[in-house]
Formats: sequence, C-alpha cells, structure tokens
Amino acid sequence: MAYTGVMPSARSRAMVREARHLLFTVAPGAVWIVIFLVLPGAYLMGVAFMTNGPYGLPEMPLSLESFKRLAGFGFLGWSPGNLYTLLRSLWQTAVSTGLVVLVAYPIAYYITTCREKWRPIMLLLVVVPSWTNQVIRTFGWMNLLAPGTPLSSMAEGLGLIAPNMGLYPSSFAVTLGLVYNFLPFMVLPLYAAFEKLDTAQVEAAQDLFASPVRAFWHAVFPQTLPGLLAGIVLVAIPAFGMYVIPELLGGGKGMMLGNLVATQFAGGANWPLGAAGAILMLIATFIGLFAMRRIGKRLGGGEEVVI
Amino acid sequence: MNETITADAIAASPSRPAGAAVEGEASRQASAIEMQGLHKRFGRATVALDGVDLTIEAGEFFTLLGPSGCGKTTLLRILAGLEEADDGRLAIGGKDITEVPPHRRSVNTVFQSYALFPHLSVRENLAFGLKMRGMAAAARHAKVDEIADFIKLGDLVDRRVDQLSGGQRQRIALARALVCEPDVLLLDEPLSALDAGLRSQLQVELLRVQKRLGMTFVFVTHDQQEAMVMSDRIAVLNGGVIQQVGPPREVYEHPANAFVARFMGHDNLYPVTGRQGSRLTTALGELSTAEAGEGELLLIRPETLDLLPGEVEGDNHLPAVVVERLYRGSHAEYRLEVGDTTLQATLNNRGRHLPEVGDRVTVTVAPDDLVTLSE
Repeated sequence: MAYTGVMPSARSRAMVREARHLLFTVAPGAVWIVIFLVLPGAYLMGVAFMTNGPYGLPEMPLSLESFKRLAGFGFLGWSPGNLYTLLRSLWQTAVSTGLVVLVAYPIAYYITTCREKWRPIMLLLVVVPSWTNQVIRTFGWMNLLAPGTPLSSMAEGLGLIAPNMGLYPSSFAVTLGLVYNFLPFMVLPLYAAFEKLDTAQVEAAQDLFASPVRAFWHAVFPQTLPGLLAGIVLVAIPAFGMYVIPELLGGGKGMMLGNLVATQFAGGANWPLGAAGAILMLIATFIGLFAMRRIGKRLGGGEEVVI
Repeated sequence: MNETITADAIAASPSRPAGAAVEGEASRQASAIEMQGLHKRFGRATVALDGVDLTIEAGEFFTLLGPSGCGKTTLLRILAGLEEADDGRLAIGGKDITEVPPHRRSVNTVFQSYALFPHLSVRENLAFGLKMRGMAAAARHAKVDEIADFIKLGDLVDRRVDQLSGGQRQRIALARALVCEPDVLLLDEPLSALDAGLRSQLQVELLRVQKRLGMTFVFVTHDQQEAMVMSDRIAVLNGGVIQQVGPPREVYEHPANAFVARFMGHDNLYPVTGRQGSRLTTALGELSTAEAGEGELLLIRPETLDLLPGEVEGDNHLPAVVVERLYRGSHAEYRLEVGDTTLQATLNNRGRHLPEVGDRVTVTVAPDDLVTLSE
C-alpha cells in the first residue's frame, strides 16, 4: 500500500513523543513514590523480621520474635496487653467513626438545604479548623477538658465522673478528639452525595405512600451511601492509626496501636516490634477496606461505590 | 379516615383477578375533586394562588393551563399534599383531605423531572408505591409485570433507570403512578422534556390510557395546543386566579377575557371604538356581529377569515394588502394590512389560489364568527 513507507516512521515518532511525555509527567511521581513509600515500606518489612538488638535497633538474624511479642508472648509468658491495645484501637475507631457519622449526616444535610450562596461559607466553616495544626487543636481540648474547667466541673456536678478527675485524660477525651478531628472528612463526601440528590425524589417517595421516615430510608439514605462509605474510609483509616490524639488526650489510658508503634521507635525501645506493629496496622486496614468494598458493592446494587 | 381506604386497597388488590387493575377500570369508581377558596403565598410578596374554587368531575381529563408562575403547579402540589394551602378546603371523592399528608392520599403524581429513583431498578421503581402500602412481594411482582405490559415496556423492567431513554422514563414514571390505582392521577408537565415527535405520540398514548382507565387525570401544562388536544376541560390560570374553565372549544373560541384569548394564541384583538346595535367600529372598520355583546375588545380568529382576490364591496368586506405569507403546506398564514392596522389570517390550502405578498385582497368574515370580550 502507498502509505506503508510513511506510516511506521510517523507512528514511531509519535510513540517516541508519547514516551517522552510519559517520562516527564509520570516519572517525578513514580520516583517520589519509590523513594518515600516503596523503599521505606520494604525496609520496614525487613526490619519487622529482624532481631531486636541491645539499643532497640534491628540486627540479624531474621526471626519471628517481634510478631510473637506483638501477639503477647514476652519474657514473663503471655500477656494480653498488646491484644487489648489492638482491640481498643478497633473499638475506638468504630465508636469514633459511628459518632462522626451521626454528627456529620445532619450537618451535611443541613448545608444542602441552605441557600446556594451560603453553602460554600458553611463548608468553609466545617473545614477551617483542620487548617490549624492538629497538635495545637488537641492542646486546645486538653485545656477545655482538664480538671477544674467548666466542662469538667459540670460533668462532676452531674456525677458523670469522679471528683477532681477531669474529663481529660480519659478515653472519652480521645473519642471526642477523634470525632472533632475527623468531622470534615465525613461532612464533605456526604455533602457531595446530598447535593446530587434530586429533592423531587423525596416528594415522589412521599407521593408513593412513604411516610417521612420511610421516604428517608428508602429514597434518600441509599443514595447517600457512596458518600457515607467514602467518608467512613476517610475517617476510619486515619483514626485507626491515630497517634497524636490518644497520646495527648488519653494520658496512657487510651493507648492505641499507633502509640504502641510510636513508642517502639521513639524511645529506642524495639524497632522490629514497632515495624511488626506497623505491618499489623496495614493488614487490618486492608481487611477493613476490603470489607467496605464488599458492603459497598452489595448495598450499591453491584455498583462500585468505594474508591 | 384515609387510612381505611388504603387498607381496603391493599386487602382488595391481591385478590383481584389478573388484568382487573387495568382492564376492568370502567367499573371502578373515579373520584371528583372539589376545591374551595384555596389560597397560597410564598414569603410575603409572592401570591401563588388567590382564591381558587374549582370542581373537577370524576373520570375527567382536566388541564390546568397557564404561563409559568401562574400557580398551576402550586395547585397540583396542593392536590398531591406536597404543598399546604394557607386557606381553603380540598376534598377528593367527597372526603376532606385538606390536612391529610401526601403518603396517606390516594393520589399519585407523574413529576416533571420524572423523579425516578436512580438507585433502584425499573421493577423496584414500579413496585415502590405498592411496597410502601405493604403489598406482599409476590402480588407486587405480578402487578408490576401487568402494568409494564400495559405500557408496552415489559422487557425493560430489569434495567437500571439510567439505561432508559427520555420517552421510556416518562412511561415508567406514568406506570409507577398508575400501578397504585389512585383515585386521582396528577401530571406535572410530564411531556415538556421530550422532543416534538415523541411528545405528540405520548399525548395520544396518555389520552388513550386515561379513557381506558376512566381515572380522573389532572394535567398541568403551559402549552395550549397540548391542553386542547388532551383535555375534557381546561382551567386557564393567571396570577393565581382562574380566568376561565371550560371545554377546549369554548376556551379557544369564546375566551372569557383578553388574557385567555392571547394565551390561547389569538393576536387579532381590536378595541371597539363605537357600536350601533350589532355593528361595531374598530380600527379595521365597521363590522356586523351576530351578537354584539358587552365586551370592549373584538376577537377575530384567523381561521374564520377568507380572502377574495381584488376589491369586492359588501358587508364585513375589508380591503387589505398582503404584507407577509408563511406557506405551511396544509395552510398558509397571512399578515395583512387593513387601513392603519394589521390582521392575521389563516387559509386552508384546498388547491385554490393563495394570494401573494403585495396582492390587493378583500377580507371577509361571517358575523357569527366575531366575538367580543372584555379586557
């Protein structure tokens, strides 16, 4: 054919151009990911299977020592301490995420009912606190919840806490801190889901004999599910690995897995154990994500709703 | 009170023989609607309804016609229970339902946007109302199949809503309301989102469905052509007030006032400047009418006019010049200059001579076809 002589060179030139484009656009990101995610991840993986040295640093030979210790087998036989930490992390994550949903859902709905010009401002109000450093905000809560503060005195007066104990430090304070911290991550995806919803559908549901409650449950809620599940992922995963809030507000009473890991590295206590803890967190997170996907698929009628 | 109706409907429906729901509807008692002094305002300034008294007969195809903002949709929403009237009473089938919430009214609506549920399949959409009324799954299934066949979309029930075309969505929205066998079906501009061809096809379909079921339909539209094609009776609304209620011919041929006349598409309105018995003086000249009437405006419908070539003397003969001609195949539309004013005429194309632009002609009109009305 006439064009065979021309086409290959034109095509190969186009391919070269495309490859160069790819190199310039993708390469920086890929390099970044390799240096800051893949390599450290592999290193962490390796460390987890090494032996704890005298200063808490990893040494050869390879062993499963850290995973045994993580499971609770120590010098003094088995103790449930680490297991409790894991369970507490899961529980704390579940409770906080649940509360975030309960608080964020009405907020997101309320914002969609506001006039259009007010909505960005309302969303901004939700988001602005997270522009401040997390540590600073958490210190703020410490000041608000410490013994002798009005809030603590009120709780004392109502007999909710023992005298002079204060609301902080406690696992309640940790939950509160987590809910406060992660609220925007739930409000935003829920708001997006609500905004897409056609209000005529709510009316259609009522017109078709659904009471207001059933109209919500059958017509509104399923449509906000993608936003809800996305919000749960955005909240639950970082909450599960949270370090700052339990450290500052828990006062040793609300230690979570993140704190366990951090102590192993920070105090120079036991790097391999810390690495093993980090891997456990990763695995738990992946299991959680997988479960969410399944739930999302089932509830979303086979449609991809998460991630 | 209304709950007992609903309960009866549930009890009765599964035991009905298949097909009874849609076939044997003639035996079914259609319901009349009575409205008394309905008022509605939004905020302080906007008056949506300003005292509406209206009775819609059982089994009637009734149309609320008017420009946007005239209150027709508000009235429909009050019938559905989605909007609460500030004042006035509403009864359907003799029962006062002014205070009854929408989910307890045996009234269903076809929404302008269709408002199909995107997270449900077509089947689940169709079954929604039945499910909410507590009908068992098997009975629901049978009824949905039946209604899907009735609207000739039986093969679509397992699709997702976003896989449907506009016309299919429209029909599903209609079926979703019909399957509930309401006393009254409300339709809020259900055809306005469709293109012209599909629209006229669905107009006919909708009309046939209504005649077959004998159900009371209340239809909202701003399109006077659509209203005339479909309706048994039309109510023309403006500014929250009913301007005229009547059969299409009456509303078109004898509009109650200038607003109705203009809204029905009439342009030939001329102030009456003098009258002697049944002879009226207007800017066009002197014209004889069959009945002079009291109105201060003379309405001349374009299709009642005839054009004779050249100048012909006679009563109700007006000399004119053709200014514009729009040839439309079946007919031609003329703009004529009569004295200092213009006049629209429509001539059927019966193969006769159609005057050209610039021709001198004589316009004739029968006295019977002239109507006066007030501003």
